[in-house]
Amino acid sequence: MGLDPALEGDGESFKVCDNIYETLVAYCPESTDLRPQLARAWEASDDRLTWTFHLRTDVRFHDGTPFNAQAMLFSLGRQFYPDHPFHQVEGTYRYWKDMGMDDIVAGMEAVDDSTFVTRLREPYAPFLSNLAMNFCAAVSPTAVQRYGSAFFKNPVGTGPFRLLEWRRDERLVLARNESYWGPKPALERLIFRPVPEASVAYLELRRGSVHGMDNVSPEHVQAIRGDASLQLLTAPGMNVAYLAMNLEKPPFDQVLVRRAVNHAIDKQALVDNLYQGLAIPAVNPLPPTVWGYNDTIAPYAYDPARARELLREAGFPSGFDTELWAMPMPRPYMPQPTKVAEAIQADLAKVGVRARIVQYEWGTYLDKVYDGQHPMALLGWTGDNGDPDNFLYVLLDKNAATRPAQNVAFYRSEPLHELLVAARRTTDRAERAHLYRMAQEIVHADAPWVPLVHATQAVALRAEVQGFRLHPAGIEWFHPVFLRR
Amino acid sequence: MRRYLLQRLLLLIPTLVGVSLLVFLMIHLVPGDPAQVMLGERATPQTLAALRREMGLDQALPVQFGKYLWGLLHGDLGRSLRSHEPVVLELLQRFPATCELAVASMLLATTLGVGAGILAAIRRGRAADYASIALATAGLSLPIFWLGLMLVLGLGVLIPLFPISGRLSPGLSVTTVTGLYTVDALLSGDLRAFGDACWHLALPAITLSTVPMAVIARMTRSSLLETLAQDYIRTARAKGLPFRLVVVRHALRNASLPTLTVIALEFGYLLGGAVLTETVFAWPGVGRWLFLAVQARDFRAVQGGVLLLATVFIVVNLIADVLYAWLDPRIHYDT
Repeated sequence: MGLDPALEGDGESFKVCDNIYETLVAYCPESTDLRPQLARAWEASDDRLTWTFHLRTDVRFHDGTPFNAQAMLFSLGRQFYPDHPFHQVEGTYRYWKDMGMDDIVAGMEAVDDSTFVTRLREPYAPFLSNLAMNFCAAVSPTAVQRYGSAFFKNPVGTGPFRLLEWRRDERLVLARNESYWGPKPALERLIFRPVPEASVAYLELRRGSVHGMDNVSPEHVQAIRGDASLQLLTAPGMNVAYLAMNLEKPPFDQVLVRRAVNHAIDKQALVDNLYQGLAIPAVNPLPPTVWGYNDTIAPYAYDPARARELLREAGFPSGFDTELWAMPMPRPYMPQPTKVAEAIQADLAKVGVRARIVQYEWGTYLDKVYDGQHPMALLGWTGDNGDPDNFLYVLLDKNAATRPAQNVAFYRSEPLHELLVAARRTTDRAERAHLYRMAQEIVHADAPWVPLVHATQAVALRAEVQGFRLHPAGIEWFHPVFLRR
Repeated sequence: MRRYLLQRLLLLIPTLVGVSLLVFLMIHLVPGDPAQVMLGERATPQTLAALRREMGLDQALPVQFGKYLWGLLHGDLGRSLRSHEPVVLELLQRFPATCELAVASMLLATTLGVGAGILAAIRRGRAADYASIALATAGLSLPIFWLGLMLVLGLGVLIPLFPISGRLSPGLSVTTVTGLYTVDALLSGDLRAFGDACWHLALPAITLSTVPMAVIARMTRSSLLETLAQDYIRTARAKGLPFRLVVVRHALRNASLPTLTVIALEFGYLLGGAVLTETVFAWPGVGRWLFLAVQARDFRAVQGGVLLLATVFIVVNLIADVLYAWLDPRIHYDT
């Protein structure tokens, strides 16, 4: 946990950073569509290689430093240029690397105070979505120079709140930024408190000693819904839990077998029994909260008879023996992986597929799965930038199937690859959405996964808390929040 | 005595080097790459390589251990991988919270435990004896986690007498000097914050005190009973000394040695941080911090944390040994 947006990798840090920092473009309040923030407007050149951002001129950092193109150059340049004085720091610019920015960006430049230009190596539309992520936030160059490697605990951004006090593991207090350029937040103070035990957090909320809690656990949902002094907000998260079938390992090289497995698994039962309703069955790899989602695709219905029929057709009238690999620990998209594996095992047994559950310690599990040693493996993904590319290309493109692979189905489809690359190269949103909808059809037909569920995020608030909106990307913006007296 | 102390303190060095080596090996020999664990689903080869370099995992094991020991000699435990903070600083921030809770719990446990033990011993075989035995058994067998939650529910929510979690109410703040909020509040003369800090200590301290209280009560009872059966006690009583005086003056002092050992041991354990209690009450101490560090494979934090705990444990036991000599003049360490 830290507060340098470019260094952090965990959700808890970003929840705070979301309120301290701002980016050139930002997500809309309830979707991953983009809106102007520190940039008033932007345009791409005809060859889609040069992106010009026209910046706001009325913005200052919390420490009084004016926000301008030089500040933006500093914020992104420290992550990009190896010879930048603040490139070598304690920690790693993890997301810059993870999002492949070194391969995307060719250079950047502050043309004048209000004009910032980036040049790309090749046309790459998801670039704009990356700019809305925390790691691309504007940080005060004065503050970074002043605090150096201690900037992460002395954060200075342009956002609606600034850091007032931070006692690790105890509380983190933000104060309203009185000179904020946008509408002033209603809350004077915003206190984040880590309460590790979900039941205790719930009791704090019930007692009224906190105003809200996130990561509500399913066991408290009923009680919260029945309590007039509380409100429960839920929304599908930007994630997917899936069962990957390794196409390099027979019999999963046969599409009929993969479709049979898709028909064999009762997703609704998983949602009801193992997510206590805090999830929705998945149809596509893409969650419905991400634009470009194809809602015309009919899911593989739960139909054991059809599954057996397909297996017979594929030459396995009496089924087969295989392994089902499962994560050893809870993940955000799958709180009970072992139980999910057992439920799937039982479902598969009904159609004659005898799967042995295999588990390794988490690090080893990932190592082996990325190396393709599994026949079937459970895994999942939480989206980064809200762009369909961030699910489809990262997890299913043939280029992602080289070891260590994130495409752990080792699914290599040329038609899919062509669509995904085309969608990267065009900047037209409608055109891109169209390409992604076609891509989902190909994935559906080839069935390299069983897309299992999209876990729902849940936040519980006291009834007097108003204006809070759940964002699909898990962003918690507090500037519109106020307390009803 | 002085020579003995010096010897014991010097022995600390090889012990701690041994502990470091053990922890180092355990961390590096368990399967699973720490970088992989930290990055989880989004581990691209580039990020993995960068993180492994940052963590020093790209170097040979003996080189890593050598660097670690070299740092240790300079009081440098490295930086935590999760927080980017020096481990020493992280420990300095958390240890006072653990210390405060441990001291409060031990005060509670010792007062009640010794009291109940004496009562049980002098009323052997009577209602008070059975009651204290029952209490001690309950204290030992109640699951801490459950007890903590029940206290929260009972005294925090249904009858809201105490705050549920944390160390201080949101509106209050103390300037950190020692890190013990009660002490810091007193130092700055802020009685309101002092009261608030004590209030926050109540439930976790009660929860954490049950086990040591039970152990202390049983130990006090049995060693006092043993002492009371000795000839010199009979002589004292035969001289006509009142029973109360015999117990306090003659029996208790001799019976206190085993109890003291138990108190020192239990205190040592509590200073190691109480993962469950700290988790229930969101108490920002060493226990939960270390637990999370192990989970996240933050190995530098784990190494530093275990080293601190080992040191504390050894020092607490050393203090107990010194107290023996003070309590029992027959004990000499110099010979």
